[in-house]
Amino acid sequence: MKLTLRVWRQKNADADGAMSTYEVDGISSDMSFLEMLDTLNEELILKGEDPVAFDHDCREGICGACSLVINGDAHGPERTTTCQLHMRSFKDGDTIDIEPWRASAFPVVKDLVVDRSAFDRIIQAGGYITAPTGTAPEAHATPVPKPDADFAFEHAECIGCGACVAACPNGAAMLFTSAKINHLNVLPQGAPERESRVLDMVAQMDDEGFGGCTLTGECATACPKGIPLMSITNMNKEWLRATRKAGKR
Amino acid sequence: MTRTIWDSSVGKKTVMAVSGLIMLLYLVVHMLGNLKIFFGSGEFNHYAHWLRTIGEPFLHYEWALWIIRVVLLAAVVAHATSAYQLSRRDIKARPSKYVHKRPRASYATRTMRWGGIILGLFIVWHILDLTTGTVHPGFESGRPYQNVVDTFSTWYGNVIYIVAMLALGLHTRHGFWSAAQTLGVGSRTRDRILKTIANVLALVLTVGFISVPVGVMTGLVS
Ligand code: HEM
Ligand code: SF4
Ligand code: FES
Repeated sequence: MKLTLRVWRQKNADADGAMSTYEVDGISSDMSFLEMLDTLNEELILKGEDPVAFDHDCREGICGACSLVINGDAHGPERTTTCQLHMRSFKDGDTIDIEPWRASAFPVVKDLVVDRSAFDRIIQAGGYITAPTGTAPEAHATPVPKPDADFAFEHAECIGCGACVAACPNGAAMLFTSAKINHLNVLPQGAPERESRVLDMVAQMDDEGFGGCTLTGECATACPKGIPLMSITNMNKEWLRATRKAGKR
Repeated sequence: MTRTIWDSSVGKKTVMAVSGLIMLLYLVVHMLGNLKIFFGSGEFNHYAHWLRTIGEPFLHYEWALWIIRVVLLAAVVAHATSAYQLSRRDIKARPSKYVHKRPRASYATRTMRWGGIILGLFIVWHILDLTTGTVHPGFESGRPYQNVVDTFSTWYGNVIYIVAMLALGLHTRHGFWSAAQTLGVGSRTRDRILKTIANVLALVLTVGFISVPVGVMTGLVS
């Protein structure tokens, strides 16, 4: 396959960026999208040019490091991560636009790499449980009803990639934050911090400069892990419940 | 680290949902009352007079009406202020657009801000037209039937009103369902029914309100 790539190039956080056009040839339809970019970078390095910086780690769809807005879609045209997207989703001769996640809370570091540490600070604000470390507890000591376990697991699938923020027209982090809150709030292990978790994580989300939810649904459409829009509804419910309880105290 | 409702984006959205639902409830009653126009000037004017006597003798003349007006004013102000502040926040959170554009979201979703502004302007015009009569040539208080017929005998009266009611339909369609999510009462099993209620409510409000200018235009009401 022969492709035309239009890639966002930006030297550093303070520099102005722009789209640059590159041609790549000899792309196999079995390559992953990132392998296609590796091919481009090898050519750039041979030519003595600066390779395109992009984030990646596991390349198997589980770590959440890869990103990229491909032809306007976060993680590209398939419902998966960019690392699991294959070139068979494109045609010979296609022009592909590649841009970084866009949100003021995710500033560009270089080219396609953005700083997602705002997510880490949201997790630090309440995305944990208080448990004694040491020997693993007996697994059956704390019974968890099956529907609750399923609900928690569905939300635990969030890999923190940030595609939801990138897709949202308001740059909101509601889907990520709700996934993390719902995952722990439904479990008995997460019960002691049930109220402080939702209040603190939502407050941190606001402080990081993410937008609010207008229920557009772009986030859930982009999410490679299928976190549903209803997660946000449930987070709102938890927030209202915690606010009422805090008011009584 | 608890904050007040107003300091949180989720809390502000709650204010927006509650104030929106208050306005929505009022609009359903308002629309049903307007339909009395099809029973003639006697019944319509009598109804308008009765509105001023609700609650008597416990309440003084027009007190109930003023209580409703104060609640509605508070709702409009709270709704518009939170809408403005949240929209500012949203635009700031996403300053640079993607180079590669693609179609996004449904029409009702995308028009919430512009539709809201249209509704805000309409509310002001509507009060100046049919409540105070400031922009209404030949306005006579106490004769609402005639005033309504006059308004819908001008082309601009009809255009402003019908455009605003179409905007109301779109705003209600996304707004009612959104409010359910904001207040945490939505769920996967309830989603179909909530969307249906939102659509029916939007349609009934729009058709009900628009039937009055159409009635005047077709000569059914004169
Ligand atoms: C003063 C004029 C108005 C303005 C500026 C305005 C603006 C807005 C905006 C920007 C939104 C958020 C849109 C979104 O989430 O995507 C909204 C939501 C809403 N509006 Fe309005 N609107 C106005 C009048 C009304 C009226 C007259 C009603 C009653 C029918 C109404 C009912 C609602 C409801 C129920 C919501 C949903 C709240 C939520 O998302 O939780 N609005 N409005
Ligand atoms: S909710 Fe989905 S899109 Fe958002 S960070 Fe988690 S996995 Fe990524
Ligand atoms: S590189 Fe780990 S999820 Fe894509």
